[in-house]
Amino acid sequence: MKILVPIKRVIDYNVKARVKADQTDVDLANVKMALNPFCEIAVEEAIRIKEAGKAEEVIVVSIGTKAVQEQLRTALALGADRAIHVETDAKLESLQIAKLLNKVLEQEPAELVILGKQAIDSDNNQTGQMLAALSNRPQGTFASKVELADGTVNVTREVDGGLQTVALNLPAIVTTDLRLNEPRYASLPNIMKAKRKPLAVIPADSLDVDLTPRIELVKVEEPATREAGIIVDDVAQLIEKLKNEAKVI
Amino acid sequence: MKTLIIADHEYGVLKPETSKTINAAVKLGQDIDVLVAGFNVSETAAAAASIAGVNQVVLVDTASFEHQQAENMADLVVSLSADYSHILASATTTGKNFMPRVAALLDKNQISEIIAVVDADTFKRPIYAGNAIATVKSLEDKKLITVRASAFDLQDTQTAANIVNNDTSNAATGSVFVSKEQAESERPELTAAPVIVSGGRGMQNGENFKLFEGIADKLGAAIGASRAAVDAGFVPNDMQVGQTGKIVAPNLYIAVGISGAIQHLAGMKDSKVIVAINKDPDAPIFQVADYGLVADLFDILPELEAAL
Ligand SMILES: Cc1cc2nc3c(=O)[nH]c(=O)nc-3n(C[C@H](O)[C@H](O)[C@H](O)COP(=O)(O)OP(=O)(O)OC[C@H]3O[C@@H](n4cnc5c(N)ncnc54)[C@H](O)[C@@H]3O)c2cc1C
Repeated sequence: MKILVPIKRVIDYNVKARVKADQTDVDLANVKMALNPFCEIAVEEAIRIKEAGKAEEVIVVSIGTKAVQEQLRTALALGADRAIHVETDAKLESLQIAKLLNKVLEQEPAELVILGKQAIDSDNNQTGQMLAALSNRPQGTFASKVELADGTVNVTREVDGGLQTVALNLPAIVTTDLRLNEPRYASLPNIMKAKRKPLAVIPADSLDVDLTPRIELVKVEEPATREAGIIVDDVAQLIEKLKNEAKVI
Repeated sequence: MKTLIIADHEYGVLKPETSKTINAAVKLGQDIDVLVAGFNVSETAAAAASIAGVNQVVLVDTASFEHQQAENMADLVVSLSADYSHILASATTTGKNFMPRVAALLDKNQISEIIAVVDADTFKRPIYAGNAIATVKSLEDKKLITVRASAFDLQDTQTAANIVNNDTSNAATGSVFVSKEQAESERPELTAAPVIVSGGRGMQNGENFKLFEGIADKLGAAIGASRAAVDAGFVPNDMQVGQTGKIVAPNLYIAVGISGAIQHLAGMKDSKVIVAINKDPDAPIFQVADYGLVADLFDILPELEAAL
């Protein structure tokens, strides 16, 4: 069995995004970039399945400029076998990403695709579900546990009211939640080894997907900032303030 | 054209998020229909029909929709989609699960987690953990939208609108429901509670969350947590507040032993009043708190309970 893991290069989660003065977008110049944390969990899960002897190959794929090869190498260093870079300078929407991934999936018919549930930049939480629709596969989103059996995968999902488990027929799509696993760190020898692992580049234009934008980014603003508050001395003062000033209790 | 809302309910209990999503939809200025899909949900449909602004409820009441799985929910919504220019669901884990699937089947994008309706094509949504607000304009003829309910108000009630039955009953292809571990609590839902007491890693263990019980009883509060507290196994996942957990905006949010990481703030910084209790005066949570108390939580919590 092959596992395909689509990954995204995003702002490092420790960095607070700043809006550009002209309000056209967020300023990413000279900002530290990293593998999206949920994608990292997806890569880890795929590698663990392979280590457990339930998959032969883990393929990572990323769509974007040449810069995404850095994150593909990171995933290779973590243990993925080979990488595919779908190259484009265009700023793509989730549906276009899902369509491109579906084309890759047609070329690399992986029985299991594991994606992060959301990217911490656009916070969309869509691509996995869209890929499931386009590839006509069942989906197990927000997974905190993934168990492979013969021809099926049991996925325990973190939902608002607790945990839900579904059994999906393979081939299937899974998206990861935070508690699925704790990703490993890449060792130095593995980082070196990753440099020699295969990385194929496919021009996005060659995949026959319409990349014309359908959503216009009108502007990007700072959120409303909160007024600075005060430090109270003790519980008595806190309660007095909540009752008489804020009037919330 | 009309607007379709997919009602969110937990095994028949209509969620307040549905009313808030309708509140967002009213701003589109079109007739609003609501789809209620589930099993034994005729009362849910009646409740939805009584939300102000609803023109008609479409009821699909059959065992195959009991667990609202994405696969058949998406097919159902697609089958109804022709009459609607706007299709909206709440950005709950149910809505987030099936809506992007609907969008892709219809060859449309989805606008996720809107916090404001600017006009019928233009919406505001938070990006980068809420550190930026994007205004986006859809150029498509059909809009698929999820709504961040905490940004909208509850609708009033009305005399019940018409309910029409729809006999769709297809099962979820390739997906079988196995089990549900339902969170049981006497307390209000996090996303509906007027007051939330929330604990972080500073709570040290799950047992210490009992220190919240008396306070929550007195304030009618729900109990929440940071990711660190959930990851450490103190409390279950459905209590997580944040960028990737639940987004809340109560009248009063009391953060106890929570440092205030970007990802946590993303889920609660729109609360009306924020109180922070933390022994570290430099904890970032104090930058968003209206009232801060620099102290050991194990001293403060019993005092607070006694003083309320
Ligand atoms: C992709 C991603 C998504 C994430 N999503 C979320 C999310 O949705 N929600 C979320 O919360 N986090 C999320 N996080 C995690 C986030 O970055 C922080 O790690 C987390 O919020 C920290 O939780 P905490 O404040 O409880 O713990 P810590 O940061 O460890 O803070 C504990 C605090 O408790 C205080 N304290 C300790 N003992 C006491 C005491 N006796 N009395 C008083 N104060 C005390 C300390 O001073 C400290 O400030 C996410 C991270 C990533 C990478």
